[in-house]
Amino acid sequence: MTVRVKFFAILRERTGASEVSKELSEGSTVADLWRELQKDYPKLAVPGIRLLYAVNQNYVGTDYCLREHDEVVFLPLVSGG
Amino acid sequence: MFRVTNEAIDLSELVSYVTDPEAGAIVPFIGTTRNNNEGRKVIALDYEAYPEMAEKELARIGEEAKKKWPICKMAIVHRLGAVQIGEASVIIVVSSAHRDAAFAASRFAIEEIKKTVPIWKKEVFEGGEVWIGTQSGQPLTALK
Repeated sequence: MTVRVKFFAILRERTGASEVSKELSEGSTVADLWRELQKDYPKLAVPGIRLLYAVNQNYVGTDYCLREHDEVVFLPLVSGG
Repeated sequence: MFRVTNEAIDLSELVSYVTDPEAGAIVPFIGTTRNNNEGRKVIALDYEAYPEMAEKELARIGEEAKKKWPICKMAIVHRLGAVQIGEASVIIVVSSAHRDAAFAASRFAIEEIKKTVPIWKKEVFEGGEVWIGTQSGQPLTALK
């Protein structure tokens, strides 16, 4: 299956990409995707970073099972306001 | 009205939006860019959002506030891009029949924004720039 991944803020700068497509095996979770992406983008793992996870614009846990065409975003701790 | 924008936020537009014949109070909150943080001289803040989700989260905050307090209307607009010192980065305006509800809902909204809305600020200061990663204004990564 293929999922879309969007990068924002520090992760966008670290990967040099705003949006990528990623092929994953069926049954992959958000955690699996994060591991795969770190192979493509070694600088993605910012030391000490805490992340939240969103699929199709809703917060999910790392064990969330991904499906075809899901839009996945790894969110650094937010700092708006 | 719950949105993010690259333009300067127009307070009067938001006040007009929440104005309601049932309301006896309108409470505006304006978050502005401060010229210092953690001992650094701040030049500007540069905001970036996951815009679709940010607007969805802002609307969720509005719905939650409506469940908690008897408010009439609420508007939240968050600015993106470079925001210079003294300019508004976020404006929240709430109307309610009596003032307590509007004050409480406004306070609730700004605290929630800082926790759940996917917006990030990069602090541009004298000598560098850094992504801010916590509510306390700490850098996300160690400063060089």
